[in-house]
Amino acid sequence: MSIKKISKDQPEKFEFNKSNFDEANKIIKNYPEGKQQSAVMALLYLAQKQNDNWIPLVAMKYIAKFLSIPYIKVYEVATFYSMYNLSPVGKYFIQVCTTTPCMIRGAYDIVKVCKKKISEKEKELSKDKTCSWMEVECLGACINAPMMQINEDYYEDLDEKKTANIIDQIYKGEKPKPGSYRGRKNSEPENNRKTLLNIKNA
Amino acid sequence: MLKDEDRIFTNLYNDFDPGIESAQRRGDWKNTKDIISKGKEWIINEVKLSELRGRGGAGFPTGLKWSFAPKEVTSRPHYLVINADESEPGTCKDRDILRNEPQKLIEGCLLASYAINAHKCYIYIRGEYLKEGKELQKAINEAYEKKLIGNNACDSGWDLDIYIHYGAGAYICGEETALLESIEGNKGQPRLKPPFPALIGLYGCPTIINNVETIAVVPTILRRGGKWFASLGRPKNTGSKIYCISGNVNNPCNVEEEMGIPLKDLIDKHAGGVIGGWDNLKAVIPGGSSMPLIPKQICETIKMDFDECVENKTGLGTAGIVVINKDQDIIKCMARIARFYKHESCGQCTPCREGSGWMWRMLERMAKGEASRDEVEMLMDVTKQIEGHTICAFGEGSAWPVQGLLRHFKKEVEKRNNFNPLVERNKKVPYLVDQHLLEK
Repeated sequence: MSIKKISKDQPEKFEFNKSNFDEANKIIKNYPEGKQQSAVMALLYLAQKQNDNWIPLVAMKYIAKFLSIPYIKVYEVATFYSMYNLSPVGKYFIQVCTTTPCMIRGAYDIVKVCKKKISEKEKELSKDKTCSWMEVECLGACINAPMMQINEDYYEDLDEKKTANIIDQIYKGEKPKPGSYRGRKNSEPENNRKTLLNIKNA
Repeated sequence: MLKDEDRIFTNLYNDFDPGIESAQRRGDWKNTKDIISKGKEWIINEVKLSELRGRGGAGFPTGLKWSFAPKEVTSRPHYLVINADESEPGTCKDRDILRNEPQKLIEGCLLASYAINAHKCYIYIRGEYLKEGKELQKAINEAYEKKLIGNNACDSGWDLDIYIHYGAGAYICGEETALLESIEGNKGQPRLKPPFPALIGLYGCPTIINNVETIAVVPTILRRGGKWFASLGRPKNTGSKIYCISGNVNNPCNVEEEMGIPLKDLIDKHAGGVIGGWDNLKAVIPGGSSMPLIPKQICETIKMDFDECVENKTGLGTAGIVVINKDQDIIKCMARIARFYKHESCGQCTPCREGSGWMWRMLERMAKGEASRDEVEMLMDVTKQIEGHTICAFGEGSAWPVQGLLRHFKKEVEKRNNFNPLVERNKKVPYLVDQHLLEK
């Protein structure tokens, strides 16, 4: 189980903006009547996106009222799942996968770069307060190891130098190109493809 | 090697467009109406005939699972739930299906829903796969526009709605009942079985849960016949399968191959060989991190299918093959896997919640050579205390990799941790008693 720290500084008010309010109502309709609790995960995502990538306690209370379910139900979901941030993270939130398949291909080199370029400790904001990083468990892109996720995008086939470049780009306010950094397509074997060639060339 | 025309996922590498027109050119949604008109019995029988086994790890026969759904719909509607919560370290096959072959999945959803009497289908995608989820949503919208799903899907008279539900980074939600809890908006903690989800599942209604790959191969099976699928591989281990080869190989890749292909072929032919040559191979985890590893001498001969893996005291699992070469410290690798399981335990059953942490801490010390000689036996004992004593299979999943390490590399562990314990203990007393209290 992961340990979650709830931020000491909490805003006093939270409510969905217009577009998220409509979106939330649309999501509730995906589930049968009376089962609106199912929407809690999606609504927490909306709240997280609206509130600079983290969920304050007032937002949980707001969602509980929104779905007419007890506050504790929202709280336990928000604290159980690891993708909900309960304290502020950087605008660019970097998650480095360090589980074994990535580890044996050098994920800790990427961690080293993050430590040097962003902050010594994980989950700490960088000096200019835009970035933070953390080690996470398998992100499901083992073929393209080592890799990291920045907000929604996967950056794959990395090494020390390429990671440093990506982080530099972020600091400059540019958006680095997601995907493989060895120029291969998705998960195909590099220069060694033996399958589906006839169909491709047909 | 499997012939190209027998491959199901022709767009595995995204050579074409994942969009619906391109998918239809490749043969998706062809004659779907005719297949549906043959009836539910025929579909289930054909899937049984193909001997398709679930691709999510457990390898349960799919046709049999479908036949567990009640034949008549009572006041409780039936549901189909697709498990796309792919989080097993070493596995990333479903990701490629979601982003490159979404129409195969959607068509499979329609056929499976029809077979089990469901009008609603939820696809549970792990939260990190946001982009893949967007691709899939696009594909679902396209299918709605073409009236392939929705009301009167494919003009067959069957109604089907498909919804995506995102997870939020919990590995345990890949367990089917935890996944249902998660869709219901609760913490993802597995339920006690029985009752099985086929009778009491999502919202207390009959629910069939299948892996993405299982459902995505169904349309092709029904189109080409169960016999064709059964002709690949060997009996009870039929068909083709997407293998994910990662770790210390020259060209890590996903590849669709026939069941029962030799592991050596997969590594040498498709993945470009082990880094440093075959002799540099130390061990292979053949089925995602929860399966026990196998040393080099077994890798020489093992064929990758469900039964042969079990014979070699491991499992095919999700076919996520992690290759570890001699440059790596095998104890450290396993310690990292133990940390994964410690992090992902849902905390419901005590043996798993506490034991996964114990195993991790012991392995970390063993990697550094700080553990005493008798702790090696103790570690084995801890794994045995977890295995079989939990609600779900997570307990086995966390214990097996450690057992695998001790089964094949015990000498190495013992060599590194070869000193007497600080307190000599009386062998007859269980280790849980504080030994120093017994001293006179």
